[in-house]
Amino acid sequence: MKQVLLALFFVNICVTSFAQSERYTGAMAKNLQAMAEAKTADAMLDVVNAFERIGNAEKTQWLPYYYAAVAQVWHAFMVNDPKQNDVLGDKATAFLAKAEAIEKNNSEIALVKAMIATVKMMVDPMSRYMQYGTISAENIALSKKLDPNNPRPYMWEAQGLSRTPEQFGGGCANAKPIFEEAVKRFETFKPATALHPNWGRQQNEQALAACK
Amino acid sequence: MVYKINQFIFESYLSEMKTLTLFISLIITLQGWSQTNISGIVVDNKKKPVPGASVTIKDSYDGATADSLGRFKFKAFDKGNQLLVITAIGFKTVEIPVELKGGDLELPVQLKEEVTEMSAVVITAGSFEASDRKRAAAVLTSIDIVTTASANGDVTGALKTLPGAQQVGESEGLFVRGGTAAETKTFIDGTLVNNFFFSSVPGIAQRGRFSPFIFKGTVFSTGGYSALYGQALSSALILESIDLPEQSSASLNVSVIGVGAGFQQLNKQKSASWGINYGYTNLTAAFAVIKQQQEYSKAPTAHNIDANFRIKTSKNGMLKYYGFYLTNSLGFRQNSLDSLGYKDRFALTNGNMYHNLSWKENLKNKWKLNAGVSVSTNKDDIAFGMQDAAKNDVLLNGLEYKQFDVNNKGFYANARLVLEKRFKGLNTLRVGTEYNHSDDKNNFTAYNGMLFKSRLIENIYSLFAEQDVYLTNKLAAKLGARAEHSAYLNKTNLAPRASLAYKLGKESQASLAYGIFYQNPELRYQPAVNPLTFMKATHYIAQYQKTTSATTFRVEAFYKQYDNLIKTQNINGREIGSSNNGFGEASGFELFWRDKKNVKNLDYWISYSFLDTKRDFLNFPTAITPNFAAKHTASLVMKKFVTKLKTNFNLSYNYASGRPYYNIQYDANTNKTFFADQGRIPDYHNVSFALNYLPSIGKTNSKTFAVYVLSVSNVFNLKQVYGYNYSGNGMRKTELVPPSRMFIFIGAFISFGVDRSEDAINNNL
Repeated sequence: MKQVLLALFFVNICVTSFAQSERYTGAMAKNLQAMAEAKTADAMLDVVNAFERIGNAEKTQWLPYYYAAVAQVWHAFMVNDPKQNDVLGDKATAFLAKAEAIEKNNSEIALVKAMIATVKMMVDPMSRYMQYGTISAENIALSKKLDPNNPRPYMWEAQGLSRTPEQFGGGCANAKPIFEEAVKRFETFKPATALHPNWGRQQNEQALAACK
Repeated sequence: MVYKINQFIFESYLSEMKTLTLFISLIITLQGWSQTNISGIVVDNKKKPVPGASVTIKDSYDGATADSLGRFKFKAFDKGNQLLVITAIGFKTVEIPVELKGGDLELPVQLKEEVTEMSAVVITAGSFEASDRKRAAAVLTSIDIVTTASANGDVTGALKTLPGAQQVGESEGLFVRGGTAAETKTFIDGTLVNNFFFSSVPGIAQRGRFSPFIFKGTVFSTGGYSALYGQALSSALILESIDLPEQSSASLNVSVIGVGAGFQQLNKQKSASWGINYGYTNLTAAFAVIKQQQEYSKAPTAHNIDANFRIKTSKNGMLKYYGFYLTNSLGFRQNSLDSLGYKDRFALTNGNMYHNLSWKENLKNKWKLNAGVSVSTNKDDIAFGMQDAAKNDVLLNGLEYKQFDVNNKGFYANARLVLEKRFKGLNTLRVGTEYNHSDDKNNFTAYNGMLFKSRLIENIYSLFAEQDVYLTNKLAAKLGARAEHSAYLNKTNLAPRASLAYKLGKESQASLAYGIFYQNPELRYQPAVNPLTFMKATHYIAQYQKTTSATTFRVEAFYKQYDNLIKTQNINGREIGSSNNGFGEASGFELFWRDKKNVKNLDYWISYSFLDTKRDFLNFPTAITPNFAAKHTASLVMKKFVTKLKTNFNLSYNYASGRPYYNIQYDANTNKTFFADQGRIPDYHNVSFALNYLPSIGKTNSKTFAVYVLSVSNVFNLKQVYGYNYSGNGMRKTELVPPSRMFIFIGAFISFGVDRSEDAINNNL
């Protein structure tokens, strides 16, 4: 019976931990779904908070913080009030720092740094272009270098270019080849797990379509 | 791992399977029973809902986001004593202990505002900030200074389009709210700059010696400034030099007035940089095309060389050096009023050296250190005299006094140390000390070779303290005091300063400022006949400001009282300080409106100042409105970037109502001065236009970045009169006008960026 009890004890631990990991997977999947469906700034903030909770509870997973940072960037874009961008950008940076403390030299994290730089540049593009434009360009390049197969730095770069006037070296003509680089990579890109970053394909196609 | 253990156990105890299943389902059910439904409302200290607040059970997945009414609701699956954590941007995080035992739990949550730089009220009374700092509320950015049409690339030129400053064109400097140019002092990285402008030339305003490109932040205080600065009765111009550059680069510029080249190197770690620049200015060609009022025997030429280094000493520490050597010379003659057919000649040679070293560092326990030293020397060799039509120097009977030489040599040293302690919130204490040394040697050689020598050494020791008090995000105060001891005057003063700001709404705020300001009488009137003391000004300022992300509106009213202004006596034709019996006052109001959004692609600002001032100082026979004070001053500045043309179009209009003018003469019999002539000059109008063409803007891969500039001042060629020049006997006068009505500048500024993004990537790996 002693053996049985011991076994029961083990089983309980295993079930709990199994349930734990299933719970993590489930909660992450649910929030990824919510993130994809969030249409308003409020809904996106809810996603930010949810990922933050998972991150704080798990402590050793970088993905929840990574997604909290990404969602925070989308939230800033949805709020669309440049005056708030410094605060919201700083909040995203704080999440990203926690992700980076767990996962170093990651292509996806480097890309979010570039995204945050864009958020901050929007506060006053004229005078901040030199500083944040450089940070953004550096991190896009770093992201490409850390994972040459990652389509997202190409997508982000192309989107930035497509929104930049032609006279400034942007415009669709300049963006298109980079969009296509992104398309190529989206076709072959395989995330490490279902929870790893795999977003942006649709966004890329839409932006490319808008360019035609 | 989990699966393996699982499998092992399951295989070994297959027989126990049924019991286990029962057991497991029991556990899960029990867990399901113990869920607690948590709900509530998150409010701030004014009971207003806080939408978007995050509510969570610490270290669990369970939580919710407060809705637009601050309401939240979620199921918590943990049991027992837990912590409920509530966070929201702009509020302090709150942790509430809760006992979870199933059922419903309703909690009201109240958050306290966190006083942060982004949300707190800013004390703005009396000051205009131009910077690239985080705060989006800055009135002007550094780029604005360079692209203001009427500024001609001069820092103070741009500031003259802001309310408070006069449109004085006949001499350099900022005349603020009824004050003289000497009442405005300039500080770079905290230390006083003694010769900010090129040496004075009679009737021609001089430019600043410093390029606007070396500054990242500008605070232009038109009154009520901080206790950290002193020795300025009216205004403080506080400039902050740039930190590390974004990348290494080389630069080249060519224009109608000269050439220049420079190099800036940033190390791989982006922790240190150094740079060197050289510039040569020669106005011969420009003056050949654009006719000058003066007949130049030697067109202005200048050589300047500057160097800098910046070293990051820690995460927040920075050591910066900037220094230059500059030499310039010019000579001209113009028709003499004293004897027809003859000319007055003037020649100037100047050598100026400036070094500034500053260090800032974060110390332990939230202490911060700001230290700075600057050393400068200045040498002027000036010659006055008369010439005949054949350009030979002559000495005319009765007009001998018009020939003399002045040789000035100055040595200046400033040191400053400020310690800053940050307390809870934004409450900050600053204490510090400042030492200003000046040694001015003046040699005056009269026409007959008689040499008059004077030397004046002054040491001013200052102590100051200032406390920022943030009572809430909405209410802040700055309280300070400054004590100064002048060794030369052998006097000590104590100047209290106070300002208050209250946030009226999300975008609007009101501020008040009060302060006493002391300044030594100008050295050129010393040594004085009688012992002198500090001159004194008392400021009272009230301001309302409303700022959105694209617009700024502010209105400010002020009253300024002057006491102990210096009075002078005429001794052997020289104006010498005699007493501190001068006095004066100034009052007025100012409006400022800037809009970057409402007219598409147009950024413009309008400023208006009303000034009512009178003073009795120097040789004034009585209290009068001084000749540097216009009642109404206004500016309109417009900037439009046309993307298609990659060109920035800048237009500015400056207006000043007619200033009074006086010819004050000395009556040797009564030993008093009197008005030999007085009146009012015509209104001043100036429309300037500038065009910046940036062919390489926005090209991130571009290795060169070029800016082509065309600027035209006084586009409509309007006549501008600044005052009158009088003959020695007061019998004849001529209008004092700019050297040329219109000036055209054409130039190219090219920077060759050395792209280092590849290095940055390698360093990050």
